[in-house]
Amino acid sequence: MSSLVITDLHASVITDAGESEILRGVSLTVESGTTNAIMGPNGSGKSTLAYVIAGHPKYTVTSGSITLDGADVLAMSVDERARAGLFLAMQYPVEIPGVSVSNFLRTSVTALRGEAPKLRTWTKEMKDSMADLQMDPSFAARNVNEGFSGGEKKRHEILQLGLMQPKIAVLDETDSGLDVDALKVVSEGVNRFKEATDAGVLLITHYTRILRYIKPDVVHVFVDGRIVETGGPELADSLESEGYERFAAAKA
Amino acid sequence: MSSVAAPPATDLAPRIYSRNVDDFAIPLGREEEWRFTPISKIKDFFDVQDWASIGCETGSPFVEIVSIDDPRLNDSWLPTDRASAVAREGASQAVLVSIPTETEVAEPIVLQLTSTMLNNYAHIEVQTGAFARAQVVIVHDSNVNVSGSIVAQLGDQSQLTLLSVIDAEEPVRQHWHWASQLGRDAEFLGLSVSLGGGIIRTVPHITYTAPGGSAQMLGAFLLTGQQFQEHRILVDHSEPNCTSNVVYKGALSGEGAHSVWVGDVLVRREATGIETYELNRNLLLDEGPRADSVPNLELETGDVLSAGHASATGRFDDEQLFYLQSRGIPESVARHLVVRGFFVDVLAKVNDEVLRNNLMKRIEARLGMVDHA
Repeated sequence: MSSLVITDLHASVITDAGESEILRGVSLTVESGTTNAIMGPNGSGKSTLAYVIAGHPKYTVTSGSITLDGADVLAMSVDERARAGLFLAMQYPVEIPGVSVSNFLRTSVTALRGEAPKLRTWTKEMKDSMADLQMDPSFAARNVNEGFSGGEKKRHEILQLGLMQPKIAVLDETDSGLDVDALKVVSEGVNRFKEATDAGVLLITHYTRILRYIKPDVVHVFVDGRIVETGGPELADSLESEGYERFAAAKA
Repeated sequence: MSSVAAPPATDLAPRIYSRNVDDFAIPLGREEEWRFTPISKIKDFFDVQDWASIGCETGSPFVEIVSIDDPRLNDSWLPTDRASAVAREGASQAVLVSIPTETEVAEPIVLQLTSTMLNNYAHIEVQTGAFARAQVVIVHDSNVNVSGSIVAQLGDQSQLTLLSVIDAEEPVRQHWHWASQLGRDAEFLGLSVSLGGGIIRTVPHITYTAPGGSAQMLGAFLLTGQQFQEHRILVDHSEPNCTSNVVYKGALSGEGAHSVWVGDVLVRREATGIETYELNRNLLLDEGPRADSVPNLELETGDVLSAGHASATGRFDDEQLFYLQSRGIPESVARHLVVRGFFVDVLAKVNDEVLRNNLMKRIEARLGMVDHA
């Protein structure tokens, strides 16, 4: 059992216009075996939450805490957080020229598992995981995210999720830019991971569409840097029909 | 001294071709070709001094140390700047690599340059006979000052890969003219790897003596601290149906590190049906360094298949670092991956795996990176 506990988290970003607070007191717990959806309008700060959990240097935490099984996540470097069991599937994964997918994945898995996987079993593991996501084997020889289509990028993120086996996975708008077929493949990948590992999932999304394929246990509505309402899956259904206007009005 | 006629001058072609030192004025630093160079630090390169001549160690039967007056040395090559003319005049011996006609040498011919003095002239010549094939590797890591030339003369339809590795500490000053002449349908692959050094200036010139030649000139350079490197390339297309491809990649770190890349491509009126491309990319690993990049293309004919250039200098991408680290990869390993990836397309041209790994290790050592592989 693992739990990611976020308590009254405030975070800012420095821009040309000065310091701007984006997270304004986020409190949230993600337990193993549960899927938490965070839904909110554009610009509400939900992707910032994902980045702050992963430790992106652009954001400064001004108060509050994040712990993973009691350990202080905010005191860890980005790679230490990953090795502690946190994973962020990114909305816009960056290109890394000259670094092949297979080399990247093997380097990552070596760091996470503490030893290099045996070449033969590793090759099979990677091949099988790629087949599960309907990825062509030639994918392994391509450079990381270079020239990938939107769908390929997201498959590559979920491929990593399966291979890296985190305790808690944060999925940042994994559904954006996907057609229905790709969304199904990617969602099945997430569900396979959940079943195999009993990990906790924090699913960040703007739309309810992905929640038809990945069932949330808890739904949080995120507006203006904090959670304004928490409920069961039925909350997503009401957002589907009513949109975020009710919360925008409450804010005003 | 020599009666070889110089090709007609253009904007980009050298004004003077001569073995006579006094045909060249002493550079003041205001001249276009010297304007980036810290002239005051290489003043002694412009007058003949009592310097030693570079030798080499090699196990190859195709290599000889010969007198600079040996009649087998290429008579058609002439220096195009004062430093090169001084080096040709001052050198007493030459390293001659000669591959006979129709001879294919499978193993790389490695020349480990040697010197007994702090200051040296060098003259290295590589001659391939018609249909010959060879790979020559010049390793220079003995931390001495050198002014010299590498002259490659490719016979018809011969194939030559010429790899030069300079790996030097910060006080070292080196000036290398690198002249490659391609015969009919010859294929040349030049690889210039320059790591460190206080002042390193390389001046590769590629010329064609007949149609159909194909040249690739690739460079990888690395500077830290107060180092200066200048790579000033000229591809002189004077024959039809030839190709040229120039790719230089540099990585720099440290306050005061300064690199200059000038890529001149001249396509003369008679050089119809050619293809040419040149590219320079520089990776700034921190806030300190400066990289100048100047591509020039002079077209005297529009009748070419393609002609283009590209140049870009960018900072080390923190987003790349974040992505790799977020996958558990420690920062030092992540930097290592990114830099390795940056150089990979240049180093991939080194066919010999041992050599390729050796080069990558040298680069990583210069960057203070430990090997995690």
